Amino acid sequence: MVRKIFFLALILFISIFSQPKVPQLNLWATDLTNTLSQSELDDLNKRLQSYEDTTSNQILSLMINSLNDYPIEMFSYDVASQNKIGSKKSDNGVLLLISKDDRKLRIEVGYGLEGVLPDALTSSIIRNVIVPKLRSGQYYLATSNGIDAIISAIGGEYKADNKSLESSKFPIIFMVIIFIIFWMMIKKGGGPSLPGEIYRSSGRGWGSGGWSGGSGNSGGFGGFSGGGGSFGGGGASGSW
Amino acid sequence: MKNKGMMIGCAIGGVVLLAAAMVVFWVISVNNNLVSLEQGVIQQWAQVENQYQRRADLIPNLVNIVKGYANFEKDVLTKVTEARAKVSQFNITPEVLNDPQAFAKFQSLQGELSGALSRLLVTVENYPILKANENFLQLQAQLEGTENRISVERKKFNEAVQVYNTTIKKFPASFLAGMLGFKEKQYFNAITGAENPPKVEF
Repeated sequence: MVRKIFFLALILFISIFSQPKVPQLNLWATDLTNTLSQSELDDLNKRLQSYEDTTSNQILSLMINSLNDYPIEMFSYDVASQNKIGSKKSDNGVLLLISKDDRKLRIEVGYGLEGVLPDALTSSIIRNVIVPKLRSGQYYLATSNGIDAIISAIGGEYKADNKSLESSKFPIIFMVIIFIIFWMMIKKGGGPSLPGEIYRSSGRGWGSGGWSGGSGNSGGFGGFSGGGGSFGGGGASGSW
Repeated sequence: MKNKGMMIGCAIGGVVLLAAAMVVFWVISVNNNLVSLEQGVIQQWAQVENQYQRRADLIPNLVNIVKGYANFEKDVLTKVTEARAKVSQFNITPEVLNDPQAFAKFQSLQGELSGALSRLLVTVENYPILKANENFLQLQAQLEGTENRISVERKKFNEAVQVYNTTIKKFPASFLAGMLGFKEKQYFNAITGAENPPKVEF
C-alpha cells in the first residue's frame, strides 16, 4: 500500500512537467472532444449566457480528451483562473470540467461561491447527478443536469445578495427589454451556421487556438469574456 | 563680492537640501513598498493558516465516523490523532516566516499529518460499507477540498514571498531592506507530501 502511495506521488511529481496547455475559452460551453452536437452546445451557451446576464455569475463547461496524467485539480484551477471566470468583485465563477478519456471530472468553485457551493454539496452533485449520466454515456445530459444543479444551488442565495451584484446598475425593466430582444434574435437565428462548424471541427487537440472565430453569431449569443474572478481551489472532483 | 559668495553658498545649500529631501523620499517610498509587499505575504500566510486550521477542525469528525466501524485499524487512527495534536500544539505567528528552523518544523508537522491522513483514506478502501456512507463521502469531499485549497494557497503564498524576497534582494532597495529590518521570508518546498492531496481512488 505504501509503495502504491509512493508510486502515485512519483507520478504526480513527474506529471507536473507535462502540464497540458490551458485553452482560452471564448464561449460558455466548450467541447474539445467533438462529442456534443452543435445544437446541444448552442443550447448550453444560450442558457449560460442568459444566466450570466441576469445574475452576473459565470458558469463554464469544458470537455477535454485527456489530462495527460496531469492532476485534474491543478488543471481545472489553471483553466479557471487563467480564463478569469467570474467577476472581479464577487469572484462568482464556476467551471465544470470533464476529461473524457480519463473518465474524470471536477467542479471548480470561485471564492465568492464557496459559501453556496461547499465541497460536500459539489461532490454530491458530481456523484448523484452527473456521474450516473456519464456512466451511461449521456454527455449532454450530464453537463446540462450538472449545470442545472449548480444553478439551483447558487440561485436562491445570490438573489438575497442582489445589491452587491452588478445587476444593480441596470433597472430590471431594462433587463427585461434586453431579454425580449435576445429572445427575438434566437427565434430569428434559426439553425446552425458555418462559423460554428469551423469552431467544432478545429477543436481537436488541446491547444489548437484557431477556433476563436467560432464565437460568432451561430445561435444569437455573444462571446464569453472572463470578469477577473479568482479561485482558491474550492470544489470537488470525481470519476466514473 | 560678498553677495556672490552668499549666492554660491545658498546654491550649494539648496542642492544639498534637495538631495537630502530626495533621499528621504526614496527611503520612504522603498519602505512603503516593502511594507505593502510584506503585508501581502502575511495576508497570504493567514490564508494558508486558515486552510490548515480548517483541516485540523475536520479531522475529529472523520475520526469519529471511522471509529464507529468495527475493527478498523486502530494504529492508523491513532497516528492521525497524534499528528493532529502535535500540529495544534505548535504555535504559529507571522514571526515563523522569518525563522527557517521554526518554518521547517511547521512544514514537517503538517507533512506528517498529511501522510497520516492519506494513509487513513487509503485504508478506508478496505471498508466498502464505510465507502458507501453518505456522511463519510461528504467528509471526504470536504477533506479533499481542504487539501486542494491548502496547495493552492501555498502556491499563492510562495508567489507573494518570491516577489517580496526579490525586491529586498535587488539593488538599490537591498541597501535599505536590512537597515529597515526587512528579513527574507521562508518558502514552502514542494516535497512534503502535502502537495499531493490524499486520494482514495487508485
